[in-house]
Amino acid sequence: MPEMIGFLKPKQAVLDRRQEIVADLKDLLPKGCLISEERELKPFETDAFLAYRRLPLAVALPETTEQVAALLKYCSRYGVPVVPRGAGTSLSGGAIPQEDAVVIGLSKMSRILDIDLFNRTATVQAGVTNINISEAVSADGFFYAPDPSSQLACTIGGNIGMNSGGAHCLKYGVTTNNLLGVKMVLFDGTVIELGGKALDAAGYDLLGLVCGSEGQLGIVTEATVRLIAKPEGARPVLFGFASSEAAGACVADVIGAGIIPVAMEFMDKPAIEICEAFAHAGYPLDVEALLIVEVEGSEAEMDAMLQRIIEVARRHGVTTIRECQSALEAALIWKGRKSAFGATGRIADYICMDGTVPLSQLSHVLRKTAEIVAGYGLRVANVFHAGDGNMHPLILYNINDPEDAARAEAAGNDILKLCVDAGGCLTGEHGVGIEKRDLMLHQYSRNDLDQQMATRAAFDPEWILNPSKVFPLEGRPAA
Amino acid sequence: MIVHFEPASEEGIASVVRSAAAERVTLAIVGGGTRAGLGNPVRTDRTLSTRRLSGIVSYNPAEMTMSALAGTPLAEVEAALRAKGQMLSFEPMDHRPIFATSGEPTIGGVFAANVSGPRRYVAGAARDSLLGVRFVNGAGELIKAGGRVMKNVTGLDLVKLMAGSYGTLGILTEVTFKVQPVPPAAATVVVSGLNDAEAAAAMAETMAQPVEASGAAHLPESVRGRFLNGALPDGAATVLRLEGLADSVDLRAEKLTTALSRFGSVSRLDAEATRLLWAEIRDVKSYADGTRRALWRVSVAPSSGHQLVAALRLQTGVDAFYDWQGGLVWLRMEADAEAELVRRYVGALGGGHASLVRAGDNVRASVPAFEPQAPAVVQLTERIRARFDPARIFNPGRMAANK
Ligand SMILES: Cc1cc2nc3c(=O)[nH]c(=O)nc-3n(C[C@H](O)[C@H](O)[C@@H](O)COP(=O)(O)OP(=O)(O)OC[C@H]3O[C@@H](n4cnc5c(N)ncnc54)[C@H](O)[C@@H]3O)c2cc1C
Ligand SMILES: Cc1cc2nc3c(=O)[nH]c(=O)nc-3n(C[C@H](O)[C@H](O)[C@H](O)COP(=O)(O)OP(=O)(O)OC[C@H]3O[C@@H](n4cnc5c(N)ncnc54)[C@H](O)[C@@H]3O)c2cc1C
Repeated sequence: MPEMIGFLKPKQAVLDRRQEIVADLKDLLPKGCLISEERELKPFETDAFLAYRRLPLAVALPETTEQVAALLKYCSRYGVPVVPRGAGTSLSGGAIPQEDAVVIGLSKMSRILDIDLFNRTATVQAGVTNINISEAVSADGFFYAPDPSSQLACTIGGNIGMNSGGAHCLKYGVTTNNLLGVKMVLFDGTVIELGGKALDAAGYDLLGLVCGSEGQLGIVTEATVRLIAKPEGARPVLFGFASSEAAGACVADVIGAGIIPVAMEFMDKPAIEICEAFAHAGYPLDVEALLIVEVEGSEAEMDAMLQRIIEVARRHGVTTIRECQSALEAALIWKGRKSAFGATGRIADYICMDGTVPLSQLSHVLRKTAEIVAGYGLRVANVFHAGDGNMHPLILYNINDPEDAARAEAAGNDILKLCVDAGGCLTGEHGVGIEKRDLMLHQYSRNDLDQQMATRAAFDPEWILNPSKVFPLEGRPAA
Repeated sequence: MIVHFEPASEEGIASVVRSAAAERVTLAIVGGGTRAGLGNPVRTDRTLSTRRLSGIVSYNPAEMTMSALAGTPLAEVEAALRAKGQMLSFEPMDHRPIFATSGEPTIGGVFAANVSGPRRYVAGAARDSLLGVRFVNGAGELIKAGGRVMKNVTGLDLVKLMAGSYGTLGILTEVTFKVQPVPPAAATVVVSGLNDAEAAAAMAETMAQPVEASGAAHLPESVRGRFLNGALPDGAATVLRLEGLADSVDLRAEKLTTALSRFGSVSRLDAEATRLLWAEIRDVKSYADGTRRALWRVSVAPSSGHQLVAALRLQTGVDAFYDWQGGLVWLRMEADAEAELVRRYVGALGGGHASLVRAGDNVRASVPAFEPQAPAVVQLTERIRARFDPARIFNPGRMAANK
């Protein structure tokens, strides 16, 4: 396909020293922790943003914070760009490397270091998967709240990199609201600790700044997160509507009525069909839009809350209401939702957009999105976290047809601009990566971006860390 | 306090800042013209107040967001929210009682100082509610960050950086924040007669139960009588707040009562007493004693709070009570501030943050208000500061901890 997104020109001086760099890095790591053979580098040439790929110079898989520090000290000294990588599930190309970059993958650092139920914290290495944390404390009645749909694979380091959210963050917040501390390595190998088991830390909120910084401020090697007591019960309910507008308006009114369910997920007809065909979750096929609303608590609490939600839904002409009767059914409902991206991938290639809009604009933006995509002769499926206005139009196209791909990318850009113009923003949880980099000036003024880049430069003056991401390539301060 | 500048617009602030930066004139940033003692004392050439930059810009209850100019009195914000059955979930504390001062706290000051109260340990701090800001940096440029939607990961999160930066990075001109519905019902479960360690265990037990307690505090016998005019049952009071739909609060209160009865005798407070009690805990009523005796606000892991107090007691005279499941310790010193001692023990117990909130002028002049940080973090902080306020004109010294 034609490449529309630019990369930085690889540094010739680094490429010329490739052999030497590989040899030096090998010395810094235990045996088998440095990958440099082309065949073995292949899996690291892209992440879940499949449209672009670049073979990195080498991939380092350190086992300790000290090794990460040694790697960064070396790379900054010789001006070698570094791309931090967790599981590579980024949908915005956050972990895509370049020919002159060393990928530092945290996959070997996957130990849970400390579980402290008294203080409700878990301290883990950055490569621990999201689901592993909840699994480790489940038997004791706790869980870790942020639950990206990729939670089986994605790492806590990547979650911090992207400030990931999930279906349940309407109630429990996203990563930044559940993160207490990190150990991280700065560009020059300095190891710092921010936060810890206490709720307040001294000084500027650097932890808040690091969360969602997409691997540009340092490499996180350990994280301390909050654990929460599991609710007594949880019940997802399906609400079917005759139009997307009605479903969207219902979401806004539920929130407006002061009811905050744990999750409110939206699917339009194409998404329902795709997910049902894959998961056989029992989704109604005779509706135009579906909401999965989950409530929590004791049976009586859930009944009371549901009753109020049903009243609101009735006002919006809800056509189907299905409460699930068993834990199995509940699990299936979520399986259908959480496999939406994978299931879509079975029927077509797609790009997943990730804009957010104020709730009052939801219906408007849905309607315009359909028009935009149809205008490019493509199809769209919508499945997203409606409670917090985080939209995920999946634009279906054929990756092998260059024109189709270009159209999909253009449609995606139009949709993101639409979100910003409606008072929202370019990304709610997937990050800017390379994908939305060139749209940043649509949301921010030059001064706004300069202040962000100046902040970045306070951490990484030479722009060693993940250099071609997030900020438009032109207009950057000279490295 | 003499206020030199009171611009009524963002552009007015920017132009004051531009000339101040050009002439290296230092500026103290104040909210409603109130005397803010938080942080280290600052001595500056001039004072700039945001008082005239006041008013709610937009409020959409159905979206649970509000935007307000920074100088808007907090009271005005809270009144507008109350009228629509909403609130600031982080319950910002009112410092006036402990300082025995009057004046009008502003919404900008609340976020600039990241002021939070009891619900913070489940609902997040002020910074967690802050969605977007507009501010004037030290070069006199107007910068915006964040937005007005709940989720936003577009670029670096400068919103978090501004929250709690005490006016050392820029002057907030407008803040946009998340608000929450006021829970229709509330109750407090009181366990009486526990010592501090038992109370810590009871509070941890509460947080392990699916009852969603939104407050967990321990008021030892030395302070118990100063809350609710002495109406709490005899003996130390370990208090746990439940909020939500009325039926659900009842059910959860019963469940919690059963779970905690092995710790001691359990009683319950109604909604009105609950409201009062938690406002008093939030505002540290027990130490609103008209004195300037040193008052520390210590944030540690919940299991460490009572250990800290026990260790200090062996060395010096302290009085204390606990919020945030025991992780927030309000420490009033009977004689000296004992900064070295307090901070040494906080460090030994696994780290945290001890800030000197109130003290006599001599002490405030010599003891850094905030926990000193590791040298590498201090350097990082300095580099950030230099990128926001290169001429160092905003509140110089206010946050510097390692002085
Ligand atoms: C009369 C009174 C006295 C107080 N004294 C103390 C005290 O001695 N110690 C203490 O810990 N707390 C004190 N406070 C704290 C205060 O309650 C809270 O910090 C907050 O609610 C203050 O709001 P404010 O508008 O008064 O801000 P201020 O107290 O004026 O400012 C608080 C901090 O935020 C900064 N700031 C204020 N507005 C902005 C803005 N728009 N942009 C950037 N930075 C800004 C200030 O420079 C200061 O560092 C006092 C409050 C009052 C009302
Ligand atoms: C099927 C599918 C469903 C998804 N669903 C969701 C969802 O519901 N919600 C959501 O928010 N996201 C979702 N995502 C996106 C993605 O899973 C998240 O962004 C995730 O947090 C990435 O984690 P990772 O370990 O794969 O990180 P990577 O993709 O490897 O890296 C992500 C970013 O973080 C940086 N990074 C990685 N590790 C570190 C570290 N240790 N220190 C510093 N920086 C680091 C990288 O440089 C990169 O910029 C989904 C993705 C897929 C493929």
